[in-house]
Amino acid sequence: MTEFTAQDAIRPRWSPALRARAVRRFMFAGLIIMIGTGVAAVCLELLGRSLSPLWLTVGIVLPSLLAFGALFVVFAITSHALLGRLLRRLAFVLFLGSLAGIAGAAWGASLLFGLVDRILAARPDPIAQTIFGGELTTDEIVLFFAASPDDPRGLEAPPALEVVAYLLWPFQFRILRDLILAFVILGFVSVTASFAIWWERKVAGRIQSRLGPMRVGGWHGWAQGIADGLKLVQKEDIIPGRADGPVFRLAPYLVFIPVLTAFLALPFSDRWVLRDLEVGLVLVLGLLGIDVIGVILAGWASHNKWSMYGAMRVAAQMVSYEVPMGMALLLPVMAAGTLRPGAIGALQDGGFHTWLAFSSPFLFAAAGVYFVASLAACKRAPFDLPEAESELTGGFHTEYSGFRWAVFFFGEYAAMFVVCGLAVLLFLGAWHSPLPASWGESLAGGSWWQRGLYALLFSGPAWFIAKTYALLFVHIWLRWTLPRIRIDQVMYACVQVMLPMTMLLLLGQMLWQLLVPPDGPAARVANVVCTLAGAAVVAAFVGTAAWGLLHRRRLVGPLAVDHLPGS
Amino acid sequence: MTASWRRSTVAAVLAGLAWAGPAWARGPQTAGTAETVGIDLEALMFYLLGGLAAACAVGCVMSSRVVRMALFLFGALGAVAGLYLLLHANFLAAVQLIVYAGGTLVVIIFGIMLSSASAAARYQARPAEKAAGAVVGLLLLAGLVTAVGRIDWSGRIAAVPSAPTVLEFGRALLTTYLVPFELSSVLLLAVMIGAAWLAGSGRR
Repeated sequence: MTEFTAQDAIRPRWSPALRARAVRRFMFAGLIIMIGTGVAAVCLELLGRSLSPLWLTVGIVLPSLLAFGALFVVFAITSHALLGRLLRRLAFVLFLGSLAGIAGAAWGASLLFGLVDRILAARPDPIAQTIFGGELTTDEIVLFFAASPDDPRGLEAPPALEVVAYLLWPFQFRILRDLILAFVILGFVSVTASFAIWWERKVAGRIQSRLGPMRVGGWHGWAQGIADGLKLVQKEDIIPGRADGPVFRLAPYLVFIPVLTAFLALPFSDRWVLRDLEVGLVLVLGLLGIDVIGVILAGWASHNKWSMYGAMRVAAQMVSYEVPMGMALLLPVMAAGTLRPGAIGALQDGGFHTWLAFSSPFLFAAAGVYFVASLAACKRAPFDLPEAESELTGGFHTEYSGFRWAVFFFGEYAAMFVVCGLAVLLFLGAWHSPLPASWGESLAGGSWWQRGLYALLFSGPAWFIAKTYALLFVHIWLRWTLPRIRIDQVMYACVQVMLPMTMLLLLGQMLWQLLVPPDGPAARVANVVCTLAGAAVVAAFVGTAAWGLLHRRRLVGPLAVDHLPGS
Repeated sequence: MTASWRRSTVAAVLAGLAWAGPAWARGPQTAGTAETVGIDLEALMFYLLGGLAAACAVGCVMSSRVVRMALFLFGALGAVAGLYLLLHANFLAAVQLIVYAGGTLVVIIFGIMLSSASAAARYQARPAEKAAGAVVGLLLLAGLVTAVGRIDWSGRIAAVPSAPTVLEFGRALLTTYLVPFELSSVLLLAVMIGAAWLAGSGRR
């Protein structure tokens, strides 16, 4: 522990001037490396030999990029007031640009990987091997770009091509590609969590007849989530004196990391999936079950009775609701005959009526049961006793402040996205729109804008994300509408209501699949009835939300006077 | 962990990297035959996961704080799930996570929380227990090493053609292995009835 003395109060430890000085030294180091490499290149040229392109890349290109970056950082630090004013005016544009940048980076990464795959496939001599067990050498990359009929060995290639070859060479390794995709997923989860935090506060405000965040960033406080994140990062790190230090520090990450790993098997589209595992669904279920350990250990390690009560409640609730959640997931697996998420999604491409929730009444009921059980598994209201503020001063995360608390909530919103994504994948048509994919077959294989139109209208990751966000909205809606139920009511609902109901649904779906022929009149009638019921439910949700949006300026209760302006 | 533990852990990791790094960089050398010499990514992951499992097991046994023991056990179970994934047993790895890490370990932690008086509950084994454990462990080690050393590994290692699908699993469970499947379900039923009776009014 560091002691805070009077000297610390007087001497600023890491002031803006110190930071600018450190970055300037970093930049000068980069410039010296560049100049040194240039001098060495000139000397070697004079001696008759040349510097290998590897050293050119490392010695000139990379330090120049770093030096320019450092220059910008120095400018930002020393004139932070001016930059702050500029950023505030451009903030929304920058935010939209960064969102487009993330999407573009994901798309660009897939194009880059495709290019490296084509180079790997087009090699004339595939026996050579390089370090780390790779199979592509930089010479082969240069050959791919520079070879032409009158220059088959690529000797006329410009030296810049060698630099490009060195930059492309690491992408042949699967592990680097997977690392990049892991970072893309981390970025997506962060953006989703920040957006969900803002959305939750806005929806909470509107339901409670107030406005929610309005100031941070300008338009309706859109930057509130980002501002909260920045605030939490720079807070003091407080650990209770008698808390079990290493366990206390580890617990938030035990909650966050399994949920991030579940994105491995979650498909956003038939092509946008990290690994379409044969046992994908079981893996996601198992990873969601590991979340419990982090929450229990957080409550335990805090050495605080409120945290302990929260941990005990969470252990009972999350573990027991995993059973009806897992068994409700088994019904669409039975209907589809596979655990592979890609195959289950591909089954539902015939339009609204082919979505698995509408193919039998048991699946329709299972969708509802799964949704309720997933509310409990995410500790969301009405099952949010483990973090009940009015009872337990915060439950298991009472003693957590600053960035660790933020990690807990990132984990919670990420888990919400995963369980809503599973519901969409298994019951609500995955990444397909309500229109049948066969109507747009002519677009599917065309040029890039045709494929984009196909993805927008018929089948694409945008539909998956939109549907998952719609279910997230229902999560938020239910939290601010329903009161919290007691822990004994929670356990009663699980063991005495949902578990028998799930078992009866399993039995019913099994008999339905064995006895009812899939093309017969009974199946068709059931399909039509369930589709109409499903359409009615969707219309009711959308209609109620739209009514709320249109009448958002209306006061509630005895204050609502309809003939006044603004009502 | 104290500073000396941290230093020794960092030193061990660096030493391992220094030993394995050059071999990894050299890559699998195809020395004219079909044998690969050297370390590729799969072998590296095996050493990492196996080392993690062994280290967590040692930590579980040597730690004196009960909650730390449970955490080390979680690490060991997770590393074993990773080893199953390396063996192309995807379903087994997922089931290991669901049953052991997400079920059994939670019950163990629940039991620890309900039975220990304070958060810093410690368990100190008596010297006689440590001696008996060492003797049994050494006997087990001698037996395992002898048994494994006597196996003729040539010609036994074949490439796994593909991971068995869940469909094949299900068929095998309901045809070839039907009797053990039904027996284990009877056992689980007996466990549930016993737990309900213990927790209910039968005890009073």
